[in-house]
Amino acid sequence: MFGAVIAGFLISLGLLLFGKYIKSKYFFLLALYPISLFAYFSGFITKINQQLDIVYRSEWVPQYGINLDFRLDGLSLMFTLLITGIGSLIFLYTHKYLYGNKHTDKFYAYLTMFMSSMLGVVLSDNLIALIVFWELTSISSFFLIGFNTEDEKSRKNAQLALAITGIGGFFLLTGLILSGNIIGSYSIQELLQSRELLHNSPYYLPAIALIFLGAFTKSAQFPFHFWLPNAMKAPTPVSAYLHSATMVKAGIYLLARLTPAFGGHIYWNTTLLIVGAVTMLYASINTLYKTDLKGILAYSTIAVLGMLTMMLGIGTDLALKGLVVFIVAHALYKASLFLITGIIDHETHTRDVTVLSGLREVMPLLFGAGILTLLSNIGFPYSLGFIGKEMIYESTLGISGPVLMWSIAAVTVISNIFIGYSGYQVALKPFVGPIPEKFEKIKPLSVFLLLPPVLLSVAGIFYGCFPYIADEILLKSATLSVTRHFTDLPLKVWHGMNLTLVLSILTILAGAALYIFRKQTHRQEEKMELLDAVKPEQLYNYLKTGVKRLALFYTQVMHNGYLRIYIMTIILFIICVVGYKLFTEVPIQINTSSLSTFRLYELTVFSIIIVAIMVTIFTSSRLTAIAGMTIVGYCICLMFVFYGAPDLAMTQFTIDTLTSVLFVLVLFKLPPFMKYARATIVTRDLLIAVAFGTLISIITFQALVSPAEKEVSRFYADNAYLAAKGKNVVNVILVDYRGFDTMIESIVLTIAALGVYSLLKLQIKSSDKE
Amino acid sequence: MTSNYILAPILVQLVTAILLIFFWQRVTVQRVLSTVGNTFSFITSLILAIDIWNFGTQTLHAGNWQPPFGITFVCDALSATLILLTSIVGLAVGLFSTIGISINRIKYGYFPIFHFLLMGLQGAFLTGDLFNLYVWFEVVIISSFVLITLGGKKMQMEGAIKYVTLNILASTIFLTAIGISYGLTGTLNMADLAQKIALVENRGIVQVTALLFFVAFGIKAAVFPLYFWLPSSYHTPPSAIAAIFGGLLTKLGIYALIRMFTLIFIPDDYTINLFIIIAIMTMFTGAFGMMNKKSIRKVFSYLIVCHIGYLIAGLGLYTEKSLSGTIFYLIHDIIAKSNLFLIAGLIYKIRSSTDMRRLGGLYKDYPLLSILILFVLLSISGVPPLSGFWPKLNIISEALRSGNYTLVFSIIISSFVTLVMIAKVWAEVFWKPTPKDHPEQDDTFAPLSTFKKVTMILPVFLLAFISFMIAMRPGTFMNLSDKIANELMHSDDYIENVFRVKNIQN
Repeated sequence: MFGAVIAGFLISLGLLLFGKYIKSKYFFLLALYPISLFAYFSGFITKINQQLDIVYRSEWVPQYGINLDFRLDGLSLMFTLLITGIGSLIFLYTHKYLYGNKHTDKFYAYLTMFMSSMLGVVLSDNLIALIVFWELTSISSFFLIGFNTEDEKSRKNAQLALAITGIGGFFLLTGLILSGNIIGSYSIQELLQSRELLHNSPYYLPAIALIFLGAFTKSAQFPFHFWLPNAMKAPTPVSAYLHSATMVKAGIYLLARLTPAFGGHIYWNTTLLIVGAVTMLYASINTLYKTDLKGILAYSTIAVLGMLTMMLGIGTDLALKGLVVFIVAHALYKASLFLITGIIDHETHTRDVTVLSGLREVMPLLFGAGILTLLSNIGFPYSLGFIGKEMIYESTLGISGPVLMWSIAAVTVISNIFIGYSGYQVALKPFVGPIPEKFEKIKPLSVFLLLPPVLLSVAGIFYGCFPYIADEILLKSATLSVTRHFTDLPLKVWHGMNLTLVLSILTILAGAALYIFRKQTHRQEEKMELLDAVKPEQLYNYLKTGVKRLALFYTQVMHNGYLRIYIMTIILFIICVVGYKLFTEVPIQINTSSLSTFRLYELTVFSIIIVAIMVTIFTSSRLTAIAGMTIVGYCICLMFVFYGAPDLAMTQFTIDTLTSVLFVLVLFKLPPFMKYARATIVTRDLLIAVAFGTLISIITFQALVSPAEKEVSRFYADNAYLAAKGKNVVNVILVDYRGFDTMIESIVLTIAALGVYSLLKLQIKSSDKE
Repeated sequence: MTSNYILAPILVQLVTAILLIFFWQRVTVQRVLSTVGNTFSFITSLILAIDIWNFGTQTLHAGNWQPPFGITFVCDALSATLILLTSIVGLAVGLFSTIGISINRIKYGYFPIFHFLLMGLQGAFLTGDLFNLYVWFEVVIISSFVLITLGGKKMQMEGAIKYVTLNILASTIFLTAIGISYGLTGTLNMADLAQKIALVENRGIVQVTALLFFVAFGIKAAVFPLYFWLPSSYHTPPSAIAAIFGGLLTKLGIYALIRMFTLIFIPDDYTINLFIIIAIMTMFTGAFGMMNKKSIRKVFSYLIVCHIGYLIAGLGLYTEKSLSGTIFYLIHDIIAKSNLFLIAGLIYKIRSSTDMRRLGGLYKDYPLLSILILFVLLSISGVPPLSGFWPKLNIISEALRSGNYTLVFSIIISSFVTLVMIAKVWAEVFWKPTPKDHPEQDDTFAPLSTFKKVTMILPVFLLAFISFMIAMRPGTFMNLSDKIANELMHSDDYIENVFRVKNIQN
């Protein structure tokens, strides 16, 4: 199982590196990978139905409990079959859809990488492994959305999708780490068994909040949904596969997977119920105002994702079973709708619903597939969509509290009417009516294009007619994974005459009526666009612009280009941080008795230093300033001489001289010196300088209060002659005890000398691109 | 255990640099000799590192003066790892420089000074003496300053002035702090200092001294609000030089902070809180800084600042696990950030610009190279399971455990901004078609001979391969980081190692 997933990454890498050597006509062979995976995972159906989970363990970072553990249970199996099954069809479809495109190899590379990552998400039995694959799906989605790199919109929308799902991913990562910290393990199995621990933890709320942010961004819930319609810039097979059938359901998968651990808490259920319902209603209304087929499908996908989230919020056994059924039903019919749209786009070069009509004459088979898909979409009896929708209606009617129940039920019915209506727009509208002249010349469709939607639509009807087959092989065990106990809710074609059926019929009829009496027009779409200013996408843009402006302001204030301000900031920082500590925690005392009195020559040198510093500060010429600094340096050399270290003084003298020269050379290339300082600024700087000087002085005095051990200096004095054979202790320290320092200091001098020489000699031409 | 061998990597650099000076102006000799020297340095550091990882800390007392009287060199796992990383980056950047640096620069001493810089870095990682550390810092500053100013374009000079001024300020504060701690304890040997500073009764003044060290190294590490030199200077020198700077110079500051605050000064609550606040502000400063930048070099500079925040955060949380996160991130960061600037150099070579508005089409023109670069970019943005992801796990986990939600939030936001900016760089530089309205674009890379092309790409590949290994074997690197963090948090062993010889003789 591990190999099956990893193979995808290797194939992907191989394609990226060597894909250009593959001839166009052989790309369809890549479909063998998903097809064989599909067969491989189908082989586990019997075992899974006997509640025997398939477990694969592999150590990754065992010391932190991070392992590449895979576990195949009912829910995972359902998703793996959807991923590999629909994946196989997408791989075949792409062969024709992108035939002749120069970058098809890369497309397949990203697609394969995505498929493996997605399998990783649904198979991982370790929270960290899960997030790793989760992020990889976002990354591969980024490359697929931006596939048409020449198109600026593609690039922008790819970045938008990555940003939204990316930040969600980081929140999710944090939420999963937090959950891991609560239970002391990253194992999902252990998490599922730690329900009590989680529910009683004070971190329950932050943990689920973070997980929600991850799931909602990925599954395009309101108000994070807007990346999904924008992601429709991707080639249509991508939209069908990632942004409808599989990747966007990762959030739903995660929530379903974690339901046994976190579910049943009022925060969990209420949040999911409300967010789901709002998303569903908001998105389904939006479908009414789109004229681009993919735009319609994007919003109807979001609406369904909202509905699925809502089902998780209702959380009853019936709702969870309905969730599982509807995930499959939706994956089948929505992928089919996207693929049909893709074919229409591919053949007619338009996706404008107001233009398309009459295509049944040139694509009769596709029209048939469209009708079958439509039946599932609107929830017509004998389709899988019908069974799913029945269960959804029934579970909304089971919500406790009449007000909540009726409002949720009403919202669900209204949304489903709109979703059904959007189905008519996509699957029926382009095919009926008179055929415009320009479409008449369309050639018969390739089998690569036609087969996938036909198979998907037939599957939707087949399982609708024989629901117990789907139930037995897949749905029952998938539900078990979510509910964690057996539920006796057999799928039936006929539920009997009840309120649910009435609502189903109402949905179908109202959708049809809307289709007959309402036309999707550009004018309505434009009217709707007036509302864009208050839509979440716009709010996101405002936020983005705002933050960018703030960032610009902040960066300009902080990094303003003035060296003097930088120095001032650093000095102020020291004064505040160190000063605070000093005055709050150190009992300040100055021990004057230990200080010796000034001698005359010391005083003289000291005065010279003061004068030199003043000259440095007040001069208007850079050269004078450097000269002043050099004098200070030489005076310090004198100090060394006074205290019996003439060799040290020599070193200092050399360094000082060299640095001065270096400085002069550099300053030579700078613009002329100007005095900007006004009186206020001078005063400010004076205050800061005095404060800093005082601070350092006080610290120094404090350090001298308690006399330190003299072990080291005593050793130097005692052993200078005995062990090191030198009469001058300072000399011995320099060349023996600490000879290494001296050696490196002489290297410093060498480097400085080399630098001076090169700076004088070397001129670089601007033609050198370094 | 004492061993002379621990100085070997430094001596290799020193000998290489001196030999190079003798071959002044001989371009080919400079190139070959430098590469040979780097290879030797790499091999000796690798042997040293393996030895240290397996058999533990080794020490060397210069001139055989027993501690605390002479200068002691201590090679523990952290030092050995950093020395190895330095020589790896040195090898990669040295190789890149043979083509990436113009002949004129090579004629005027680029390579000798480059090796002096590497020596300075490795010496600083190795020394166990506070004043000696200062001296190594001097080597690093002066050689990096010469490297920045070499060639002397005006923009470079402006950056160089800011760089050197602020770094000298840092050195001054460092020296002041050394003076004060010497006044308090009468010793410079770090192990000895650790013991004696613990005995000082006036705890307040000890913490004040610690804060001065923090400021000194904070400037080096480019933390908020002391980071100004970095964005002022990193975009000015040639890419190869920027790569060494980007990968290693700030990390020297981080190393010194880690060493100081695990071995000598045990931070009190005030200092811990300061670390955390600084970490958060550094992340935001970096994140804000890169948002509006158009030049990829500038974006990358702020990226460094941003990620310094993570390193400080791990130190600030001050648990063994969080420290392990910092160490792991350090390993990842040194490799990846050096590579990032080499990549910027390649891009500049190919397009003669680093401005995102003028760049484009690289994916179309250089698909394989782009994939290599993409891998590095993704590693830096911390996309799991690549190398930048793993250390973050530890840091986030420890931040959650300590209940520091502001820190957690900052890490999330800065990771997010990094990801978005990396995606933007990718979209603008690689995806976007080459802008037509900038005719001055010329490819100085394509005309190069295959040998030269390989010489420029090989270093990028080499560093990317290490990042790849980190991603593939995170457990190994976590073990190493755990081991280092464990050594750091049990500083008694370090002290004991330094004084062991003395005790035997007594």
